Formats: sequence, C-alpha cells, structure tokens
Amino acid sequence: MTPVIASHALEVTNLKKAFGGLVVTQDISLTIRPGERRLIIGPNGAGKTTLFHQISGDLRPSSGQIKLFGTDVTHFSPYKRAHFGLSRTYQIITLFSGDTLEHNVTLGLLGLRPARWQMWRPLSYYGNLATEARRTLDTVGLLHLADHPVSDIAYGEKRRVELAMALVQKPRVLLLDEPLAGLSNTERSQIKSLIASIPRETTVIMIEHDMDTALDLAETVTLLNYGRVIVDGDRDVVIADERTREVYLGV
Amino acid sequence: MKWIAAAPLAAMLVLLPSFAGDYYVNLASQILIAAIFALSLNLLVGFGGMTSLGHASYLGVAAYISALLTSRYGFGHGLAAIISIAGTTAMAAFFGIIALRATGLGFLMITLALSQVLWGLAYRMSGVTNGDNGIAGLTRPMPFGISLDSAASFYWFALISASFGYLMMAIFVSSSFGSSLKGVRDQPRRMAALGFNPWMIRWITFVYAGFWGGISGLLYVYYNKYIHPTSLSTTSSAEALLGVIAGGSGTLGGPVVGAALVLLLKNYASAYLERWNMLLGMVFLFIVLVVPTGIVPGLNKLAAALRRGSR
Amino acid sequence: MQFWIIQGLNSLSLGGLLFLLSSGFSLIFGLMRLANLTHGAFFMLGTYFGAIALRNYDGLNIWVTALGAGIAVAAIGGLFERLVLTRLKSNPLGQVLVTLGMAFIISDACLLLWGGDSIPVPTPRNLQAPTRVFGFVFPTYRLVLVGCAIAAAIVLYFLLERTRLGAMIRAGVDDGQMARAIGIPVSNLFTIVFCLGAGIAGAGGVLGGPILSAYPGLDADMLPLALIVVILGGIGSLLGAFIGSFIIGFIYTFGTALFPELAYIILFLPMIFVIAFRPQGLFGRAGA
Repeated sequence: MTPVIASHALEVTNLKKAFGGLVVTQDISLTIRPGERRLIIGPNGAGKTTLFHQISGDLRPSSGQIKLFGTDVTHFSPYKRAHFGLSRTYQIITLFSGDTLEHNVTLGLLGLRPARWQMWRPLSYYGNLATEARRTLDTVGLLHLADHPVSDIAYGEKRRVELAMALVQKPRVLLLDEPLAGLSNTERSQIKSLIASIPRETTVIMIEHDMDTALDLAETVTLLNYGRVIVDGDRDVVIADERTREVYLGV
Repeated sequence: MKWIAAAPLAAMLVLLPSFAGDYYVNLASQILIAAIFALSLNLLVGFGGMTSLGHASYLGVAAYISALLTSRYGFGHGLAAIISIAGTTAMAAFFGIIALRATGLGFLMITLALSQVLWGLAYRMSGVTNGDNGIAGLTRPMPFGISLDSAASFYWFALISASFGYLMMAIFVSSSFGSSLKGVRDQPRRMAALGFNPWMIRWITFVYAGFWGGISGLLYVYYNKYIHPTSLSTTSSAEALLGVIAGGSGTLGGPVVGAALVLLLKNYASAYLERWNMLLGMVFLFIVLVVPTGIVPGLNKLAAALRRGSR
Repeated sequence: MQFWIIQGLNSLSLGGLLFLLSSGFSLIFGLMRLANLTHGAFFMLGTYFGAIALRNYDGLNIWVTALGAGIAVAAIGGLFERLVLTRLKSNPLGQVLVTLGMAFIISDACLLLWGGDSIPVPTPRNLQAPTRVFGFVFPTYRLVLVGCAIAAAIVLYFLLERTRLGAMIRAGVDDGQMARAIGIPVSNLFTIVFCLGAGIAGAGGVLGGPILSAYPGLDADMLPLALIVVILGGIGSLLGAFIGSFIIGFIYTFGTALFPELAYIILFLPMIFVIAFRPQGLFGRAGA
C-alpha cells in the first residue's frame, strides 16, 4: 500500500475535461513538490490553459481529482481555493481598468482578509493595505504609476500588475498562465527576474508555449500534447527526450 | 469644495416649505421617496451590475403589509413598520436566492417574473388586497406624537428619512464591501480567484437593496394614504430603472436626478401633454445618445472639460 | 369535449402567434445580444396597422396587409437600429433605456393616433365559415394561423440553414468576433436581422388582429410572453422558439380558462424553474 504523501503542494490525478464530444484534457496526473518550479509546455491547443482552469476551479473536471497540500479541492469553488493558498494570473488581462494600480493590488490583499466584509468603513481606512500594495508595486518596479488608472499604462506594465496582484497574496501555489506572452525583450527579462526572485515558500507552476524563454526558470518540465502528458520530469531530461523534439518539430 | 456647494442646497431643501406652496412641497416629498427607491435599485444596477426589472416588488409589498396591518388588523404604525420591513427583507432574501441562479438577461427575467407573480396576486386576491380598488383611507404615522398630515411636516419627515437613507447607502457603496461589490461587477472571475465570494457579495447587496426598497415603500404608502397594485407593476419597476440609467447608474447622484426627472416629467408633462409617455421615451433616447453614461456622469465630464479649458 | 377542443385550438393559434412574435426576438438576441424590449410594440404596431387598414378598406386582403405592415414595421425598426442602436454597442444599460423608450414612444403614438378604445379586427370573409372535421366545428381562421406559423418556421429554417445570409447569421450568433475577423459584415447583418425580426413581429401583429384586437397595452401583454418563450426555448434557437411558443400557448390558454385567479403564477412559475435549473432553455446553448 503506497503511503499517502501529504507533502505534495499540488497533486492532480487522472484529470479529464470534455466539452460534449470534444475531449480537451485526459489522464493528466501530476505531482508537484513544495517550492518546485514547474514549467508546463506544449503546442497551442494542447490543453495547458484548460488544465490551469481546472486547477484553479474556473472549470469543473469531467473526472479526476485535484489535491492541494493533501486536501481534495476538486469540488471547491475558485474563491475557496484562493483561501487555500492558490493564486493565478490569466492569459488575458483581467485587471480593473478604471481603477488605479494601487487599488488593483489592494483588492488582491483584501480578498483574503475579513475586512472585505466591512460594510461601513471605506477601504482607505485600512492604511496598512495601501502600504503593502505600494511596497509590492515597488517590487515590480511600478511604484511611480501607483496612482494611475490601469487603462493608462502599457501592456507590459499591466502584466507586471497582474503578477503583483498574485504575489501580494503570498500564495503557497502560484499558477502563471503565459506570463511572458506579448512582451518585448526588456520586458521579458524584467518579468523573468521577478519570477526568479519569488521566495521558495511559493510553488510556481508556469505555462509557456515559447519553450526557449521560460526554460531557465524551470526545474522540472511537463510536456502536454493533445490533452495528455507526454513527458514529465527534470528539465534537462525532458529537453533531451526525443518525444519533445517530435512534438515541437511536428513529426 | 463640494461642501461649499452643498450647504446652500441643504439650506434650500430644509427651508423649502417656507417659500414654496403646498403643491411644490408635496412634489418635493414625492421626489424624495422616488429618490430612495431609485438609490436602492441602483445598489443592484449600478454598483452590483445586476439589472432588475422587478424592484417595485419591495416597495409594493412593504406598502401593502403596512396598509393591511394598520387598517384591517388595528396594528400601531411602529409595529406595522417593523413587521413590514422585516417581511420585505425576508422576501428579498428568498427572491435573491432564486434570482441569483442567473445573470444578465436570465436575472432580469426572474426579477420580472417574480414581480409579475406578486402583481397578479395583489390584483386577484381581492379578499386580502381589495384588488383593483386598492386600499384607501390609510393614515400617516405620528412619530413622537407629531402629526405628519400637513405637507410641510410630511416633507421634513421624508427629508430626514431620505437623507438618512442616502447616507447609509453612500457609506455602503464607499465601504470596503462596496469595493468588493464593484470588483465583482467589473471582473467576477478575477475577484473569485482573489478570494472574494461573488454569490454572497451579490446576495447581501440584493437583500440590502430590498430593505431600502421596502423603506421607500413605507414612505410611499404614508404619503399617498392609499395603495394599489399598480405600485407593484412592471411599469413602476421600469420607470425606476429608466430613471436610474438616465440619471447615471454607478453614481450616487445619478439615481436622484433620474428619479426627479421622471417624476417631474410625469407631473408637468401630463398637465400639458396627454401623451407624456412619448415625451419620456424621447427624452430617454436623447439622453442616451448625448450622454450615454447618464446625466450626472455627463455633467461631471462637462465640468472637468470646462476646468481643463479654463486653465 | 367541445371545451377541450376549442381550448386546444385556441392554444395552437396563440402558439402560432407567439412564434411570429418571438422568433424575431430570439434571432435579435442571438445575433446582437440585445434584449429588444421594443418587440411587443412592433407587434402592436402591426396590429394597429392591420386594424385600421382592414376596417377602412373593405376588400383588402389580410395577407397583403400583413406583408405591407411587416415591411413598414421593418423599415421603422431599421431606422431605429441604424440611428440609435448602433451607437450603443458596448452599453447594455443604454440599450435597455432606448428600447424601452422606443416602446413608450410607439405605444403612446398609437394612443395618440387611434385612441384608447379597443379596435376589433374583422376576420377575413373567406375564412369566416367554420370548418367541419370529424363532426367537430373549428373556427377556420385559427387553423389558418397555425398554418402561418408553420409556414413562417419553414421559411425561416430555409433562410437560416440553406442560404448564405443564413450562414453568416449563424456564424455571427456563434462567434461574433470571429465572424468579423473573417470578413462577415456583422453590422449590416445586425440591421438586416433587426429589420427581419421587427417585420415578422409586425406581420404577426396583423394576423393576430382578428383574435386579439388592437388595444393600448397589447405591447405590454405580448412582450413578457415573448421573453418567456425565448427563455424556455433557448436563446437563438429557432426550434426552441417554435416549441416554446406552443408550450406557452397551451399553458396560457388552459391556465386562463381553468384557473383565471392564478393565471400569472401558472405562466411565470415554470419560467422561473427553467431559468433556475436549466438556464440555457430546452434547446439553447449553455452560456448564452
């Protein structure tokens, strides 16, 4: 009898998602240890974002199980998983465009605190939230834009705000969905150094479909294609594996 | 700056009965009642992103409960008011659970359907509600023994109630919870990912909106001393919704301006024009084409542009 | 027995009328994501046009009148769409305001032009004689209405499934952004579909005249029924609108006949259940 390992940060077992007749992910099983840096790669349509949506709770799997730190969260709604230490960024920008950067990041802080139910004190009463939000904005190099509305800033800067919002929650597991997409080279190295400096208390799982850029951030790699796991393991092993070449060179 | 402008306005409001005749004072009372109703609806529409076409249910039910308890069962006004508001809020809690199964058009439809069911009941159950005749001969309460029968005294009562309501709702939307609500309105998925519970936030807002809708219903039945199924009708809900949108949803001043607009058009236009609904429709079309986000946001933009231009 | 037959036929004819009313609404919502709250008024406008035309011009054919009214209402709808609705693409609350506002304008205009009394519409003379089938007597016109609905359904089906225009409409309903990206002139399509929907409603109004009469408030009576049909049948589904129309026709007719006190509850409760437990309706797409 295999011992139950409660020390896995994320454990996905036989995850399947089908929309009617179309099966997008199947038989996906992953185990990710705390503090690990996992990169999930695969061509477009391989099911990477669908996998993320199931882990974060935005989509309910057709079958299979998801465990965070040993707790079965398969039927938890997304907000409950956030309270369990899960944070994510999205492929499309889902920021509050009419609000300032500071307000956006403050909301990230508010979501996990009882203050979010406070019905007579304004948000400004909680000065410590604003301070911490600004500190995080400083970490991502955006403090000078803190009072600007999100609609005013550039795409690369919006991506950094997304990251700030996720980091400010001090998550135990962080899902980054194509954090480098659509960025210039300078912007990419900025974000990469930010990701590299995330503390080990946070387990980082990243989707990128451009393999080269993200590889140096990864310790382990999972390759998906047609909704299935093709190769899974340490980075260098996966890169050397000939199945990886097949998928990317399209045999 | 804003307080300097507000002071003379406040003074004018308080002193209105001393320089205006009863007709205008009564009109002002009606505007205050409509304003509370519109503000409560705007909690849902503007701040919550939930467009409801059945809000008159709360006004009507509160009014009917108070009317029945005082006229038929001999309850005092104080107790009748408490039971009425408690009942209306409970109904909002229940309706909210049903309505929030859907969003967008589905939500609109459920709120419409629920209010139509209530209207149908009010109309048909003549044994209880007196049907199409409505319930007449009602009295106004006498808080602290003060009579509210004169236009001026009722006006001040309405002004105090409306100011209190405005203040409470303003605090609500500016609060930390209000920020959560606005976040859920704008990006519900993102908010859920951040740890907010969108359903609960919407439901609480729905109940609070029903509560204030009920308060406006009490004011309504005290003012009119009469209640009729029309007050529950979809037309009533639609007029309030249109007022909110035209005035500017998502602001606090917008619903007040919109409610005043609809009421004034109703009162004045119907004196000169037989077909004032048509005028109302054309005014709405005009507003949406010229200031798509509503009158108050439009005026704000104009003021900002003028300020920029004068530098 | 005669009672059940009569009510059954009334249900079918009401269902037919509801289909003429709600098919347009469903198409407009499916393609334009617009809940056209003017739709009841378009129907009523048709009824009034029909009433005035048929009462004042004795020999006028009801089919010609329906066609004419349909074209007139379609034109009015088209102007409204081009001049007003196109400016409100990303403003759903604004759309509510203008469609309701337009409904107010149309309904008051009818009151202004034709007064507050109900105007009965004569049944076409050649359809006045009752039909005898299996020893039962049926009002012929009601049977004909059912036929009209079926004919309209067939024509719409062919339009949507077998023509290029229909293919473009279906593409727009499925994925508006993608349709634009591949060069489909979506905004022209919007105008065409809006005109089509309004026109069918207007024509349906004429045909409904002999049964409903033209009266102020007809628009407010018909609009909720259209909404219920579309919710029940599913947004953007022609089949759903067809079946939903007849289901509602039956519920409304038998409900009003058997339990007049509870008419509203009988009508709205099923709808509440559908929205609460199967929001996509019987045939619609989930997430519509």
